[in-house]
Amino acid sequence: MKRTVLYEEHVKMGGRLVDFHGWELPVQFSGILEEHGAVRGACGAFDVSHMGQVFVSGHEALDFLQKINCNDVSKIGPGKAVYSHLLNENGGVVDDVIVSCLEPRRYLVVVNAATSEKDVAWFERHASGFKAAVEPASERYAMVALQGPRSEAVVRRLFPEAAGLPRFGVKTLRAEGREIFISRTGYTGEDGFEFIAPNEIMPALYRNLVEHGKKDGLVPCGLGARDTLRLEAGLLLYGQDIDDEHTPIEAGYGWVVKWNKGDFIGREALLRQKSEGVKRGLVGLELLERGVPRPSYPFFEGSRRLGELASATFSPTLKKGIGVGYVERPGEAPAFKDVSVLIHGRKAPARVVPLPFYKTAPKGERSLYVQS
Amino acid sequence: MFNPEICFYAKSHEWAHVDGDTATAGISDHAQHEITDVVYVELPQVGRVVEQGKPCAVVESVKAAFDVYSPFSGEISEVNAELASHPEWVNQAPHGQGWFFKVRLAKPGEKENLMSFDQYREFIKTG
Repeated sequence: MKRTVLYEEHVKMGGRLVDFHGWELPVQFSGILEEHGAVRGACGAFDVSHMGQVFVSGHEALDFLQKINCNDVSKIGPGKAVYSHLLNENGGVVDDVIVSCLEPRRYLVVVNAATSEKDVAWFERHASGFKAAVEPASERYAMVALQGPRSEAVVRRLFPEAAGLPRFGVKTLRAEGREIFISRTGYTGEDGFEFIAPNEIMPALYRNLVEHGKKDGLVPCGLGARDTLRLEAGLLLYGQDIDDEHTPIEAGYGWVVKWNKGDFIGREALLRQKSEGVKRGLVGLELLERGVPRPSYPFFEGSRRLGELASATFSPTLKKGIGVGYVERPGEAPAFKDVSVLIHGRKAPARVVPLPFYKTAPKGERSLYVQS
Repeated sequence: MFNPEICFYAKSHEWAHVDGDTATAGISDHAQHEITDVVYVELPQVGRVVEQGKPCAVVESVKAAFDVYSPFSGEISEVNAELASHPEWVNQAPHGQGWFFKVRLAKPGEKENLMSFDQYREFIKTG
């Protein structure tokens, strides 16, 4: 199993390590409920070094990125990032990524761990016609996410230059003579920052965050809380909610597709899907009784099987079971009656709800949500 | 509180506290620690006849579901219905408020198949 450069830190802090797509990573430290609550109410730090980084640079870096992304990368200048999908010719999602513009003609793409190799091959295959260099850098970089309403206070103490970053802003800083990248991004539905730094300096940076974050309630968090946080916020997990067989439109992420940006891989297939009508879509379900839905559990309208859950969990914030799954004719889903999820042989009553399940409160009103 | 030191234990990590013809059952402190945050407990119906070593309840954490096996054969005489709204009691007091169910013993001799407190402590140390 592969280990991140923070492995020793996790062991020291009592992390419960598991095999996550070939990476030995902490699923939790103090407990998923506590870590989840810390991120909603204060802040938490996650090791996400398993995620991949690819630099794209050169005169035609933007043209190349425009071709493989369905979102409009031309809209971001230096210091800005954008969430996007890479699509195949059928409109299916090769990966969901965050593209940051570091300088004119120099970009950093953050890709998922499990898809990293596939993505690099995809980049290389499509970069050949462009004056653009594709440089996979996952082996050299580690990545940490600091998430939660108190994140800014922690960043203000340690990296004051980055504390004022707007949402999806990116800043390149130097630490110990090396380049590090700080962005105001995340995967929890809360305010937060992500740090990408060379392997050699990340352990010290992470220790600093944990140490200086304590007075703002920072707790080390594992992948367990990361999953419950992102699902509550309606954020997709690649390989579970989206994959090569599903389009962004079907996933309810039509907003990442920018039709007026010019041609990109998958555009024609998506146009066809739009004109023919979208035949399936991702919907949200919540249980009406206590219980825990899990991925692959089937769900029903009366006796008619609608599909099976892609992602599902107990929601620590809402204190009920939540999940998402694909259904046919998603437009009719809000009117589905007598919805249920099959849990341990029993049909637990549920209902279709709009996504996201949880939306963070605006800054001034946050205290109303934090108290519980 | 069901004194852990006088309980019987199953290899599947349930405890049983025998009082006359009835045993109260729950999951051990070791088990709750391994399972971590309990968010849901599914209990058997009162009146259901259960068998020693057969699943009769489910305990769930955020990440996974675990079967709970009856430590004795017999009829379920009572369940801890409050666990439905207080699953965290299983973590906070596995031998107290976090008890699962009571079973009227059909075969009291089945305790021979269970471990004592000291044996169980040894079992989890070596297991």
